[in-house]
Amino acid sequence: MNEVESRRAFLEKVASTVFAGMVLGGQPVKAGAEPSKVELPPRPPDGPILLELEYEDVLLRMQRDLERALNKGTTPKWVMVIDTRKCVGCHACTISCAVENKLPPGVVYRPVVEEQVGVYPQVTWKFLPRPCMQCDNPPCVPVCPVGATWKREDGIVEIDYDACIGCRYCLVSCPYQARTFDFGENWTQDTPGHGQMPYEELPTFEWGEVHVRKEGVAPGSPVGNARKCSFCLHRIEHGLLPQCVATCIGRATFFGDASDPESLVFQLIHQPNAMRLKEELGTEPRVYYLV
Amino acid sequence: MRVWGRILYGVLAAIGLVGFFLRFATGHQLAGYGSYVPWGLWVAAYIYFIGLSAGAFLLSALVYVFGVRKLEPIAPLALVVALASLLMALVTIWFDLGHMERFYYVYLRPNFRSMMAWMVWLYTAYGLLLLAELYYALRRHLPRYADRGGITGFLARFLVKGRKTPFTQEEIQRDEGITRVLGTIGVPLAIAFHGGVGALFGTVVAQDLWHSPIYPILFLTGALLSGGALMTAAYVFFWPRKDGEWRELSLLLGRIVLGLILFDLLLEWAEYSIPMWYGVGSEFKALWNTLFGPFWYVYWVFHILLGVVVPIWLLLAFGLRGQIGAVGLASFLVAFTFLAIRLNLVIPSLVHPKLEGLVNAYRDHRLVFAYLPTWFEWSVVVFSVVLGFTVTYILVCVLPVIEGKLLKEVA
Ligand code: SF4
Ligand code: SF4
Repeated sequence: MNEVESRRAFLEKVASTVFAGMVLGGQPVKAGAEPSKVELPPRPPDGPILLELEYEDVLLRMQRDLERALNKGTTPKWVMVIDTRKCVGCHACTISCAVENKLPPGVVYRPVVEEQVGVYPQVTWKFLPRPCMQCDNPPCVPVCPVGATWKREDGIVEIDYDACIGCRYCLVSCPYQARTFDFGENWTQDTPGHGQMPYEELPTFEWGEVHVRKEGVAPGSPVGNARKCSFCLHRIEHGLLPQCVATCIGRATFFGDASDPESLVFQLIHQPNAMRLKEELGTEPRVYYLV
Repeated sequence: MRVWGRILYGVLAAIGLVGFFLRFATGHQLAGYGSYVPWGLWVAAYIYFIGLSAGAFLLSALVYVFGVRKLEPIAPLALVVALASLLMALVTIWFDLGHMERFYYVYLRPNFRSMMAWMVWLYTAYGLLLLAELYYALRRHLPRYADRGGITGFLARFLVKGRKTPFTQEEIQRDEGITRVLGTIGVPLAIAFHGGVGALFGTVVAQDLWHSPIYPILFLTGALLSGGALMTAAYVFFWPRKDGEWRELSLLLGRIVLGLILFDLLLEWAEYSIPMWYGVGSEFKALWNTLFGPFWYVYWVFHILLGVVVPIWLLLAFGLRGQIGAVGLASFLVAFTFLAIRLNLVIPSLVHPKLEGLVNAYRDHRLVFAYLPTWFEWSVVVFSVVLGFTVTYILVCVLPVIEGKLLKEVA
């Protein structure tokens, strides 16, 4: 057994003991309750610790993690992990998020920041998707004069669109500029003969609520509100991964329960190359970047 | 002069009404700000107006609380100006809300950790206090007008419940006592709410430029300067009797304004020089951009030249040597150009990106780090100004604000 293999064996032993302990607290483990593992080809000797990701689609793994988190009985702690080495800057997450949440012009939850590095002609691109960090110590929350935004137990920072007065104090307070204001604009509003298009009248399901965006003099929420990424709470609650995670073609975005040592994200955020943006501010973001 | 004044008022009122109408018809769509620069002219105008209010109020407190008899003639007028500018500030920031119809949520479900919620509560207390103080400062003169017709007579009868006998010396003294108590409560209140506006900005950790302990102090000095200058200009130009007392008081006010300009400049020197000294850091970049960026003229022309250099020159060369018109002009310039300081306080921090590269991540006209107020935004501010002016004018006409007499009688 070479060094990598022995480390892996050790990790598996530790993880399964922890997991077994958790399960045994409730009921006896049924034989065959775990999905049967596919026989993997032997791993190369010097591969990364999480090499198994290359042997099974990570979406399946995260889906299993998600189901476990939703059924475990205690509140999960959601985190997102973004592997900047795998992000190809295709902006699929940005677009799928806009479609999922029917975002109007001026509102974006997950832009992908691009940076050119190096000295010409030896240059390359780096990409940094930036969702709401769902900070554990969120500066956007205490500033809200009406308590329209708060920190949920599962780690997500929520906005009540029907309580928000649209003062935008939270926008100026977010160090990641992750909140945007809904100006009530529509994609086709300047095209002759068109106001709102039918697809713009479809309801959004953010925060588990149904909001239909209206045009006109007093359009109501979410027009005139601060808006932001919700980690697709409405999807998670139904056992679906956030839309950006599901559509990431580079398989660069991961999602799951950080309080579950078995989960993929738990393992990823404990890697030495995991870091967070602007750590020095003490905002404790729940979005990690692998660099 | 009269005619020109009316024409100017008419034009401004028309512009203001257009802005008012557009705000309700189109919401925020015609505004120039976006999500990365979420606050713009309206927020700057709001802190400008609220500073005028605090400044005018503190001037009145010199009389009612600290007994500076020399300033007595303008004390009730200062209260009226404080009230009108509070109204201007509140209307302006109300227009800025995404959901104007929900403003009362701040009363129903306040979050007292938020500086903004505190502001709303303090303004409410302050507004009520202003009304009460004005009432006790004026009421002794009202019985004289109870017989009159029109709104003056109605107000006089209504406010003193139809009383026609003059107030006795004892009653007057009691009213003065009440005014003093109200003023005494008002001073810490004015310091709290205007220092609080400074804290509203200063506590925001995401904005390097604002996040400074000097902000509450800077706001207070600014309030004293701008409010004091506004009162001085109003006194010099609009006081009905231009006699010896008027000259003397104008000169005193001119000296106060000069002192405050210099003190404010000292604080500003600290605000700019400390973060800029070694020429590194994001604050340095943002401040450099304020001084030499595309809007350099807001700082150099409107603030330094028209708000500092010219007024100091006017005051030293003419004003304090007896040319009262120069005192008025200098004060007007200071009060008027103070908006430039407020703009330079709000905007430069916001146009400085918090995440480099964000601007290119998603192209949209609301997601840019540039901002220039639109004509629509200016017209809404004009609405507030016209409103404030109208309220002041009406109050001065129908109530004995000036020397206990109606404006017509004094003139
Ligand atoms: S990233 Fe910004 S909006 Fe999101 S929780 Fe943190 S401070 Fe709030
Ligand atoms: S914009 Fe809405 S959520 Fe943000 S601070 Fe104001 S009221 Fe609160």
